[in-house]
Amino acid sequence: MDMKRAYYEDIELFKSGTILFWTIVLMVGLFTLPLFSSNYYLYLFNLIMVHVILAVGLNILVGSTGQISLGHAGFFAIGAYATVLLMTKLGIPFFPALILAAFISAFFGFILGLPALRLEGPYLTIATLAFGLAIMHIIGHMELFGGRSGLRAPAMNIGIAQLGWNCTLTTDLSKYYLILIITIVMVLGAINILKTKVGRAFVAIRDSDIAAEVIGINLTIYKTLSFAVSAFYAGIAGGLFAFVLGFFDPITFNFFLSIYFLVMIVVGGLGSIMGSIAGAAFITYLMYALFKNISDIPYIGDFIVNISQRWLSITGIDNLSAIALGLVMIGIMIFEPMGFFGIWIRIKKYWKAWPF
Amino acid sequence: MPFEQLLVEGLAMGACYGLFGLAVVMIYKTSEVINFAAGEMAMFSTFIVFHMLTFYHWPFWAALLAAFIFAAVLGALVQYIFLRPAKNPTLLSLIVITLGVEMLLMGFASWKWGAEQQEFSLPISYMVTYEPIKGFVISQWAVAVFIIAAIIMAFLYTFFNKTNLGTAMRATQQNKHAAKIMGINTDRVFAFSWGFSSVIGLVAAVLLTTKTILDPQFMLEPFLKAFAAAVLGGLMSIPGVLIGGAIMGLLENFFGYAWPAWKPITAFVVIVLVLCIRPSGLFAKHWVKKV
Repeated sequence: MDMKRAYYEDIELFKSGTILFWTIVLMVGLFTLPLFSSNYYLYLFNLIMVHVILAVGLNILVGSTGQISLGHAGFFAIGAYATVLLMTKLGIPFFPALILAAFISAFFGFILGLPALRLEGPYLTIATLAFGLAIMHIIGHMELFGGRSGLRAPAMNIGIAQLGWNCTLTTDLSKYYLILIITIVMVLGAINILKTKVGRAFVAIRDSDIAAEVIGINLTIYKTLSFAVSAFYAGIAGGLFAFVLGFFDPITFNFFLSIYFLVMIVVGGLGSIMGSIAGAAFITYLMYALFKNISDIPYIGDFIVNISQRWLSITGIDNLSAIALGLVMIGIMIFEPMGFFGIWIRIKKYWKAWPF
Repeated sequence: MPFEQLLVEGLAMGACYGLFGLAVVMIYKTSEVINFAAGEMAMFSTFIVFHMLTFYHWPFWAALLAAFIFAAVLGALVQYIFLRPAKNPTLLSLIVITLGVEMLLMGFASWKWGAEQQEFSLPISYMVTYEPIKGFVISQWAVAVFIIAAIIMAFLYTFFNKTNLGTAMRATQQNKHAAKIMGINTDRVFAFSWGFSSVIGLVAAVLLTTKTILDPQFMLEPFLKAFAAAVLGGLMSIPGVLIGGAIMGLLENFFGYAWPAWKPITAFVVIVLVLCIRPSGLFAKHWVKKV
């Protein structure tokens, strides 16, 4: 659409004054949001932001490097368990524990990246899927990880207890600000990674890995690096997720969670950071909030409840969110394979030449 | 448990996985789609059998026949409504569409029949056992599994090699455009292979319910294992998927006997290791890669 005349223009963070303005508006909106929303919505926003971090990381792997992962719930679980266990068993303060957990997760990502060097398509799918299932079973069968009964997150003390600096976040409001800042940092990180040599190498691998190898990109390094970066993001997200939820068990990190993660980036738009943010927000809202009280939905709520009582079972009405999610997945793929990002591009193109 | 017992049980389970893997391979062979919805399509059709038996008190064979027809229509419809409209789909978008179908069917089944486990009994029992050779105790269920798997295998072999439709399906898989030029209605071939695969899935699912339970999630794990078996066999070869299934069943049974806690994942771990050595499965014929 608009031409880039210099390398510097390509790596700029804000492409134009308009983008800068709206980014500032968004930031102000996000930081003042707690003034106008209830506690439940803050909890929902915390969940959304955790999923945003994960989706942005997953998009680096799937959207930018072109590798498929159906095992990201595994990295998410590693992040959550590692953060909580490092804090409770070893007494490490929150921030070092979170970063250490993310590095542990990144290490597992590196390990999973090794078979990915040789596998592609369906074979890579089954390998990542097996990884996710294996992590779920391992944490479910070892006493260290709390077994099937799960783990309870400790108090979210972001100070250093050993030195006597205590700063415990107890409300959703304080957690909101902490997660918001971490999310902004992580998203900025992802935007900048994609503008460096590493990011361009990822994109080259996605477009054609053999051609990328020919022009001098070391596939071994960059493919495993992509898995590791993506797993690092999942680790950070998992660590924060543990504190948002407060209590979690192995079943939380099941196969369906990996599907939801994949859906977030596909619905948002592959390879687009803003798309993954929008996708994560939309899917999280759909999963957790939209169908909470079905009879409250305007116009069709009562109708659905009636159908449910008459023809189907009344208890199973919660499954509406699964059905809606399935329809969204299929619809997006059929009508707009680029997701929200594709819709946005279409709208922009339309208005660019509007009177004609 | 003695060695012979584990062997027979493992082979029977493996035949089930292989049979279900056939449903995955059928579709991959013709349209190169990994059907993640295979498990849920089979589950939904099994619930039709259950519904006919429990609420309308149909005789078992009539219920099964109704479910066969339903499964064939469901498979063809899924292909027609959800997969055909996708324009220039990539591997990922096809995976997402089939995952969407999976969520849809699972949601509907849980809405209709509830998430709780259902009572569902078949004319074949897991408890009745025979002992043809000293030491080899074989249940009625295992006998049925072996016979049905053999019949379907023989049928598929003749179907793919001797009939016109089977030849058309192989031609479509090799080169879609050339097949079109030769006068094959490839869209119909796709719809047919989906319906066919759905029916095979139903047979496997009905056999599996006897061993496990009936609830909307009961096909999830068998599907993942059947998919793994199909990948092990190379995703393209029909004998390969049965051998893959047998390896899967035996591994699961023997490892499961040694370390019961790790039973669900041993087979997966072994398969990932195998794939690291042979990246396109054990029986894949070719491994083409273009820039």
